[in-house]
Amino acid sequence: MLRPNDTKGKLIVVEGIDGSGKSTQIDLLYKWLLSKGYSVYFSEWNSSALVKSTTKVAKKSQSFTPATFSILHCTDFADRWENSIYPLLKAGVIVLADRYAFTAFARDVARGNDPKWVRDMYSFAFMPDAALYFRVPLDIAVGRITGSRAQLKYYEAGMDLGLSDSYEESFKLFQGKILNEYDKMVDEFGLTMIDGTLPVKEQQKKVRAYIRRVLEGFEGLPNPDKQPIVVENPQAQKKVNKGGK
Amino acid sequence: MTNSDFYGVGFPYRDFGKLPGKLIVLEGTDGVGRSTQVNMLRHWLEEEGYAVADTGLTRSELTGPGLDAAKSGHTLGPITMSLFYASDFADRLENKIIPALQAGFIVLSDRYFYSMIARDSIRGIDKNWSRVLYGMALRPHLILYLQASVPSLVQRLIHGRGLNYWESGMDLHLADNFYDSFLTYQTAIIKELEQLAREYNFVTINADRTPPEIFEDLKLPIRLLLHNRLTKSERPF
Repeated sequence: MLRPNDTKGKLIVVEGIDGSGKSTQIDLLYKWLLSKGYSVYFSEWNSSALVKSTTKVAKKSQSFTPATFSILHCTDFADRWENSIYPLLKAGVIVLADRYAFTAFARDVARGNDPKWVRDMYSFAFMPDAALYFRVPLDIAVGRITGSRAQLKYYEAGMDLGLSDSYEESFKLFQGKILNEYDKMVDEFGLTMIDGTLPVKEQQKKVRAYIRRVLEGFEGLPNPDKQPIVVENPQAQKKVNKGGK
Repeated sequence: MTNSDFYGVGFPYRDFGKLPGKLIVLEGTDGVGRSTQVNMLRHWLEEEGYAVADTGLTRSELTGPGLDAAKSGHTLGPITMSLFYASDFADRLENKIIPALQAGFIVLSDRYFYSMIARDSIRGIDKNWSRVLYGMALRPHLILYLQASVPSLVQRLIHGRGLNYWESGMDLHLADNFYDSFLTYQTAIIKELEQLAREYNFVTINADRTPPEIFEDLKLPIRLLLHNRLTKSERPF
């Protein structure tokens, strides 16, 4: 299970199914915290440069199985954890994560992996200081995604589960399973639920009110010039670039 | 196939049905001569009329290129490296080893997850975490452990492919040169493997000898396995 945060930093994560509006909210939160003079770092799910070269190959050839899908996503997370999230938390930074271990607990279990096995795999990571779960009914979230995107991708639509031959239908069924897993985690992990059907501005108001409480008495690493934090891994970047040619 | 065929959770979303093949693992540290023996065993078993498939660590099509890149870049932390190997292992197990066993092959695996637990443990990875993670692993029918002393490894490697960065554990900064680092690192690895040998019922073979001598010793437990005559202490479960 997730460990308690024993660093000077604060870890804030947003979760929810695709189309729940969480990325919009965390982006607004990021800008707000930065403007307040906090040291803030933003980390996105599935974004480690080195692991990306592998996930790209697997996605293209559709050779993921539920187990390899799960372990590779944890590898990506571990890379970001070891290279940026954990050291920055130690330094007293507020780390914002767009999706966190709960995404794996929802998706990987929806794909048929054992719930405890997936949870144990992430046990090196912290329980966040704030875990915001943006909840929207399935129909609304699915409508937002299918209305705005040209084409659903194979794994995004959960086509590997064989739920339906239609990408849209499969996506809906898959997201339904994920939503179900999220709902189970509200009590298990004490996720803070935000109604994702409210207007963007109202949601942000609730988010800020909550985060203000979480940050009460928090000093953190000073950031007088309000500079963003960029973590570079030049070696990894070089390798990926080379692989892409 | 039942749940007891796996060390832990296995692959709960799939039923692989019957696995008439046999999974034989060769374990042992770097430079102990595993690949030579795998080759000799494959030829021998094929002559005996068995269909044989062999497989090694980091040979999966999925993560092989990524792992090579990671190794040459030295940028990955220990947990990341461990998970990278685990995804490779899972891929190999699900897409190569289990299908071969379904088809009735004898699968010779050049190492298994025990080596990975050993190398991770030295890098500070929690042992229980590794064991749960590798709960997807199938229990082999036989685990042959090539046990060698560090001096014999040094002799073999220096006259062979040389000491390399990873096999010397240079990432751990144990010493300022490959030789001293190799001695410390391999001593620690062997100590871990000896513990695993007891935990997982390895059949230990003295590898401080010539390849033909080792080969003869390996053939015996394999023959017993193929005739269902292994004793309880020789079986992984």
